[in-house]
Amino acid sequence: MHELSIMQNALSLALDQARQAGATRVHTICLRIGALSGVVPDALEFAFEALAQGTLAEGAKLAIEHVPARFWCIACTLEFQSDDMFAECPDCHRLSGELRAGREMELASLEIE
Amino acid sequence: MMCDNCGCGLPGENPVGVSAHHHDHDHDHEHGPGDHHGHDHPHSHTHPHPHAHVHSHDGQEHEHSHAAGDEPHRTIDVRRAILEKNDRLAERNRGFFRARGLLVLNFLSSPGSGKTTFIRESIRTLAPDLKAGVIVGDLATDNDAQRLRESGAPVVQITTGTVCHLEAEMVGRAMQRLDLASMNLLIIENVGNLVCPASYDLGEDLRIVLLSVTEGEDKPLKYPPMFQSADVVIITKMDLAQACGYDRDTALANIRRAAPKARIFETSAKTAQGLDTWREYLLQEQQARKALDPLSL
Repeated sequence: MHELSIMQNALSLALDQARQAGATRVHTICLRIGALSGVVPDALEFAFEALAQGTLAEGAKLAIEHVPARFWCIACTLEFQSDDMFAECPDCHRLSGELRAGREMELASLEIE
Repeated sequence: MMCDNCGCGLPGENPVGVSAHHHDHDHDHEHGPGDHHGHDHPHSHTHPHPHAHVHSHDGQEHEHSHAAGDEPHRTIDVRRAILEKNDRLAERNRGFFRARGLLVLNFLSSPGSGKTTFIRESIRTLAPDLKAGVIVGDLATDNDAQRLRESGAPVVQITTGTVCHLEAEMVGRAMQRLDLASMNLLIIENVGNLVCPASYDLGEDLRIVLLSVTEGEDKPLKYPPMFQSADVVIITKMDLAQACGYDRDTALANIRRAAPKARIFETSAKTAQGLDTWREYLLQEQQARKALDPLSL
């Protein structure tokens, strides 16, 4: 149900933008979803299909770009990506508290007609 | 390597949030089965293109004409946070709280980790220095509100129905039912859930995540987004640590791994263990907030 409410927000933002641009149809909705956002892309797809019915975006493709978690190590002045979502610097193995990317939940773009 | 901003395949040289580079490229359409375009269009875009084209036309045939100014398919760049409405309302709440010098805490945990009891005992310990009000969210019932009222603090219950988290707008409405002028601490007890509430800013100053010793030491590793967002992690039910074979070193290491910057408190609402340290911490935080309040200068 979490993804349903996220998707509802995303879709209503997308439809507003599409209408403002004079769209008659939305073909693709591109989202950027961070690894630490707590959102499951599959669940978004499922919610999207249900919610898009009867709207300009019915039948549209949902393209989800995964944004990996990236941290900053202040000791090594190094930005590093973490696939397991934890912030251990690959050089000094200290934990970094500075998250630079990975919490995104963003409507990136729309392809419209 | 994918470009950060648009996934176009160029090396990403821009940090997230900085405006996109422009690039010209020819791109290939990938048509799904059932599409009958039968045309070839090497066209040159000067906008960021975050996707491979997969057209879904439900079998309709149509002509694409990609002459300038006459593009049936347009890409519009949006780049807006999906929860921007909630974020905006949360900022409004935050401004409202700051102006009153209120310290606002958002309590999050799994169901049953002891939020309600911990909050009730905290309020008793903090009185009379900090005068608290509580907003508590649950899917149904006002049982928690009744338990919290035993602390003497005013309590507003939000029943969310089927919604698994609190949103800034719900908090904005609930706080109108509290006499905020008579308090300097607002405690928000979120719906018991370690996943969804992590995404919703309520306008709080501090995010407090609870972990009870009965839940297993590896919970921070299982739910990294929630722990990653914590300013404070409170370990509850320390009185049961021995009985359930709680491994303190492992638990602390796991919390630090998921939340390196969070302050950690080890507590028991039953024996009052750790409540003094917690009290000192909150008094300091409240003083710091008060100093930020231009009205108090």
